[in-house]
Amino acid sequence: MTMLADMLSAMTSPAAGGQVSHGAGLMMLVPVLTLLGVALCTLCAIFRVKSKLPAWISVGCLAGSFVAVAATYAGFDGGVKIAHAFEWITFHWSDAPVSGGKASFVANFSFYIDNLTLLWMLFVTGLATLIALYASEYMSHDVGTGYCRFFVAFCLFVFSMACLVMGDNLLLLYLGWEGVGLCSYLLIGYFYKKPSAVAAAKKAFIMNRIGDLGLALGIMLTFVHFGSIEYTVIFEKAKPYLAAMSEGRYGDIPTMVKVIPLLLMVGAFGKSAQLPLYVWLPDAMEGPTPVSALIHAATMVTAGVYLIARTYPLFLLSEWALPIVAWVGTLTAFLAATIGMAQFDIKRIMAYSTVSQLGYMFAGLGVLASTGAAFHVFTHAFFKAMLFLSCGAVMHGFAGQLDLRKLSGVAFMKGWGIVGIAMFVGCLNLAGFPFTAGYFSKDMILAEAFTTPGMAGIGWVLLLTAGLTAYYTFRVFFRVFVGPKHFEPGDEVHAHDDHGHGDGHGHAGDHGGHGHADGHGNGHGHGSHEFHPHAPGWAINTVLAILTVATIAAAGAYFLKPADGGHGGWVGGMVHSSSAAYESPFVHHEAADGHAKGHAAALPSAYRTGEAGHGGTFLGWDPHKVMYYVSAVVGALGILVAFVLHYAGRTSAATSRADALLTKVGGVARLAQRKWLVDELYDALIRKPLWVLSNVFHLIDKLVVDGLVDLAGFIPRAVGGSIRPAQSGVLHGYALGMAGGLALFLVIVLLVTFA
Amino acid sequence: MMWLLAQAGHPVAMHEATLAHYLFVAAAMFVIGVIGFLTRRNLIVMFLCTELMFLAAGIAAIAFGRFWLDYTGQSLVIFVVTVAAAEAAMALALVVLLFRKRETLSAEAWQELKG
Repeated sequence: MTMLADMLSAMTSPAAGGQVSHGAGLMMLVPVLTLLGVALCTLCAIFRVKSKLPAWISVGCLAGSFVAVAATYAGFDGGVKIAHAFEWITFHWSDAPVSGGKASFVANFSFYIDNLTLLWMLFVTGLATLIALYASEYMSHDVGTGYCRFFVAFCLFVFSMACLVMGDNLLLLYLGWEGVGLCSYLLIGYFYKKPSAVAAAKKAFIMNRIGDLGLALGIMLTFVHFGSIEYTVIFEKAKPYLAAMSEGRYGDIPTMVKVIPLLLMVGAFGKSAQLPLYVWLPDAMEGPTPVSALIHAATMVTAGVYLIARTYPLFLLSEWALPIVAWVGTLTAFLAATIGMAQFDIKRIMAYSTVSQLGYMFAGLGVLASTGAAFHVFTHAFFKAMLFLSCGAVMHGFAGQLDLRKLSGVAFMKGWGIVGIAMFVGCLNLAGFPFTAGYFSKDMILAEAFTTPGMAGIGWVLLLTAGLTAYYTFRVFFRVFVGPKHFEPGDEVHAHDDHGHGDGHGHAGDHGGHGHADGHGNGHGHGSHEFHPHAPGWAINTVLAILTVATIAAAGAYFLKPADGGHGGWVGGMVHSSSAAYESPFVHHEAADGHAKGHAAALPSAYRTGEAGHGGTFLGWDPHKVMYYVSAVVGALGILVAFVLHYAGRTSAATSRADALLTKVGGVARLAQRKWLVDELYDALIRKPLWVLSNVFHLIDKLVVDGLVDLAGFIPRAVGGSIRPAQSGVLHGYALGMAGGLALFLVIVLLVTFA
Repeated sequence: MMWLLAQAGHPVAMHEATLAHYLFVAAAMFVIGVIGFLTRRNLIVMFLCTELMFLAAGIAAIAFGRFWLDYTGQSLVIFVVTVAAAEAAMALALVVLLFRKRETLSAEAWQELKG
């Protein structure tokens, strides 16, 4: 009730325009509504609701959250607002100062609302609403079984994500961080009867725990040094260090402070699937596709980017933190792209593409292009969610078929038009085709990579990766969505095959032979044993249509003038007025001019390898001016190669011109298809040694510890064994013993008495 | 046998029973009881033998009581006899039950409890 009262008072109080003020209480509706969704869907599960009710509840709650965020954004005046819900954890143990602060630990359930938070919450709640709508149809096979469970976890995920993004302290972020990890685990393992799904869920959970250890240590160290885990306090206390940093006096910054970002980034690498912890994300595709789209492409995996962007002032304090982030991101982007090129499972390709694009975002953060990184998060969320949802529609319609060698010409089949268009737009974005949203955001990172002194190597690798990205993206498109119509259904047999789309469904079962879509695209079930793909229904089509429009419109964000008049479009304006801005408000100097970084004074000295005051160049040109053309050419080249190898002259689904090429570079391709044996490498380097070690310990336990215990137990047993035969069970034996004993006793008495 | 009679005190004429006579009877009864208990297999007979041993001890106690002109011996024996009567009722009931289980009175039929 306090929370509601706070919320209402916050809503009615006039918005103050200061640096940190209270307000934005409307944002409180997000956790409230999502938790309401969790509660209602749980009730549905308890009462065994056998309809799509939980889906509509979720869509309603999430749409309400989105409206709340949008309304907050519409009335937002920049700056930082704290929306206080209730006191969560408060300890005071003495007034003695610890590192300049009082000895207290405060973590309130409060929300830190600034433009970065709003940017994240806008796409999180917006996409969650759309994907919940999509899932209402996609999960329809499970109505009455796992349907409620799915939407409980779905709403809980959005709640956790809201805590993560909106929390005003690192502990609330950590709560959300673990919450999204839990929901990710629950949803990857949604098909818990499938061993591979269970294994993937466990893998994701364990990999994330490794990263979370780093995050937890980072938070503890933050508290130890800064005496608080609240952003406002941390940023205030980091100001003197930032001043020292901007003058290049890294020696004045305590080592402990420099270690904090190194620990925080481990958490970010785990959650955002970066080297060396990326291997869980491709396996996470075992979950239902809406989950892959929302959690493992659009939102949760960008939490690492958010963490670094949010604590950017801390990352700037270490001369090593951001270069490490940049190189890890770059190598991840390249490695994942090479693996994605060789996969045949379209969902896996999209998963590796996600890892690769996340690498771009990290590289962007690392080369001080926090705007570009945030912009890429934003555009990627839309187009990657759309790509996943399109792949999901295909998977849904073709009984789980995901092999690009077994599908062809899907876009031309009856009822698949919207999926085809959505996929095409998504692919153009991912490939960085000119004037798409993905083109502008990727471009921003590339240009900054070349601009930032000493980071040109990253720029070149990312440019090469952009070409690879265009290739593998359109490899999928040319193989699956265009070309001769052909399909082989997958092996998912649905016992109850009527879910109200009106399309005919045969049983996809046993012989599941080849089918040609012409002729029986939409025929009603006529009892034949032939498989009929069923085109997506209204929910999937509506969501894909909205996303297509949104993705195209997202490009427009680049042309919107940011509020502060700087560069980077709308997203730039959002980022510049948040903690992710490396220039302001923490280090004061003139606003960025969007060209070569003339403000070298604000650059961490690690980047100052070139001439002070001058940014890097791209082969002598200004990267910001030529990168548009360069990346457009690289992207187009990738698409062209994919066109030649996978579309031109292709007559069947299974073969293409790439096959001839594959015979020549077969070894490399097979290695890439087996993911460069990274899983096997981890197996050999970590799992096997641990296994051997645990067996050694087991033996020690068995032989030494158990041996001692067994010895102690053996002594009484041996003693007992030696006298046990006396207990013969024969009554006369006992009587004789007694009589003999009595006689013996008498003899002794007599001897003692008379001798 | 003669040695024992000599111990009793009066080898020629037995005018009166002395303590030694009573003790002799008691010892004889006790030994008979022990031997019977050890040699017989019939549960009822074995039980009767234990009764014999009880009463032998009782006779010895009364004899000593009379010898010392003390009634403790007699009162003790009254208790012993009472307990023995109760115990006899119990024991015979048990024997009946055991007999029903095995259709025999032999003590050798019961040998399960062994180490």
